[in-house]
Amino acid sequence: MAETMVLVPGRSSKQGTSLNKGKLKQEYLLITSTLEMNSDDMQRLGLEEGDSVRLSNEVGETVVTCKGRKPEDLPSGILFIAYGPPSSQLMDGDTAGTGMPLSKNIEVLVEKVTVKNI
Amino acid sequence: MSENIKIVKNATCTFCGCVCDDMELTVDLDEKRITKAKNACVLGRAWFAEHTIGDWPVAMIDGKEVSKEEAIEETAQTLVKAKFPIIYGLSDTTCEAQRQAVAISDIIRGTIDTTTSVCHGPSGLAFQGVGESTMSLGEVKNRADLVIYWGGNPAASHPRHFTRYTVTPKGMFIPNGRKDRTVVLVDIRKTPSAPVADLFIQVKPGKDFEVLWALRALVKGKNIDPSIEEETGVSLATLEDLVDKMKNCRYGVLFFGMGLTMTRGRHFNSGAIMALTTDLNEFTHFVTKPVRGHGNVTGADNVLSWQTGYPFGVNFNRGYPRFNPGEFTTVDTLARGDADAAMFIASDPASNFPKVAIEHMKKIPVISLDTKQTETSKLAHVAFATSTYGINTGGTVYRMDDVPITMRSAFDSPYPDDEEILTAIKKRVQELVWVKLGIRGTGNEAKVA
Repeated sequence: MAETMVLVPGRSSKQGTSLNKGKLKQEYLLITSTLEMNSDDMQRLGLEEGDSVRLSNEVGETVVTCKGRKPEDLPSGILFIAYGPPSSQLMDGDTAGTGMPLSKNIEVLVEKVTVKNI
Repeated sequence: MSENIKIVKNATCTFCGCVCDDMELTVDLDEKRITKAKNACVLGRAWFAEHTIGDWPVAMIDGKEVSKEEAIEETAQTLVKAKFPIIYGLSDTTCEAQRQAVAISDIIRGTIDTTTSVCHGPSGLAFQGVGESTMSLGEVKNRADLVIYWGGNPAASHPRHFTRYTVTPKGMFIPNGRKDRTVVLVDIRKTPSAPVADLFIQVKPGKDFEVLWALRALVKGKNIDPSIEEETGVSLATLEDLVDKMKNCRYGVLFFGMGLTMTRGRHFNSGAIMALTTDLNEFTHFVTKPVRGHGNVTGADNVLSWQTGYPFGVNFNRGYPRFNPGEFTTVDTLARGDADAAMFIASDPASNFPKVAIEHMKKIPVISLDTKQTETSKLAHVAFATSTYGINTGGTVYRMDDVPITMRSAFDSPYPDDEEILTAIKKRVQELVWVKLGIRGTGNEAKVA
């Protein structure tokens, strides 16, 4: 099952501390590839904590690990990820003449990664 | 820990735009590392603890160790040969290094841009269109009784913003600190900053402009239809309550983050918040300020502005500076394939730029200056390892409210600083350009390869 949701890349405290150790280090790579998702949405999509999900749009795709957030903290249909190499794969290069690519509120298709569709 | 310990008082943390200058650092001079950073937040503690001396070479060309001088020569040759060279980054280095980078751009008739273009660049456009009712953070600490954060999450990105300036500190006209202030957070999700606020307002993604424009209308006494709730997720009653708070405070401040600039509307969102601030000055004193991310991104805006007249996205191709976001900003010059050489200073665009821009970086010669190994240094043709500003070097940085702060270093590094490398590159490109133009010869050593 796949659904379209809104991806919001942003900063997180752990991302901030881990980037000081080095952006090529495992800790930073792990934090920037962890997707926060409304726990009700996860249940509906048959996802469990730590499952791999594929995010894709017309720009590209990436596979990340999902982590549940309480519905009162993260509304249904909204996904949060600490920005980094995985979120870059989904950002369009068009800046509409401003210099700024749309880096938040990116529509993505979310689907569970299974052995069949890897 | 050795016994060779030094205490550095009033040191400056340059991890974020708060640029807290009340650090007390304990430095192990034998091990060349900071073992304690008193007064630092969680991000500052990591910044000081993790910036130790690396074990990678000062300079590499195509992954092989070379001398600093060879790397400077290769950099200068690459930049001078290019038809559309770009220089980008600069938000995590000193103003002294930034001015050298501007000079290089001028000499090679290149394009210079900073991380502002993918941060508060849209706010920079809005400043020019709308203007900014502004302040210093000290003024906020001493006067603000209504503090509103819009599209930002300081608890994660600027932890001491609350405790040094805006929420808890006692001020001249705020004698009881937190008790004398009302704090409002507006965002699309309940971030870790929400518990700090008295009022959390949740907006639907991409509907900030509509909410801001509705607030402007209400401030001016116009009627708003209750269907605003369906459109934006915020009820009319909530908006009216907020307008009441804004009109009746003594000193209000609107801080805004990239929740406004990185989403649909971009500079229109920033312009709307500035226009709302201006409107509110008919009723009380109101100010606004973008919350800036990197330690000296505000310095980069200032240095580019006083050297070229523009804050970012500046091109020297015609021999004088031209400003045109969308044309001379880095994502665009890369995504369109215009740039044929790039120098990235204290920045890692290969890890957070759009995919199409990163793909183009892989096709052109890249020069990188960074304190750590990154995705950008990995793909660089020439990679310099440099020392860390505020830890190994002094110099000047600008706090997010445009207040310049002088830094002091904690311990020496075997790596050169950005200013030293950029000054040497500037000298060499000048020699090469003079020879290329036939203006002045400096001998055989100045031949363009």
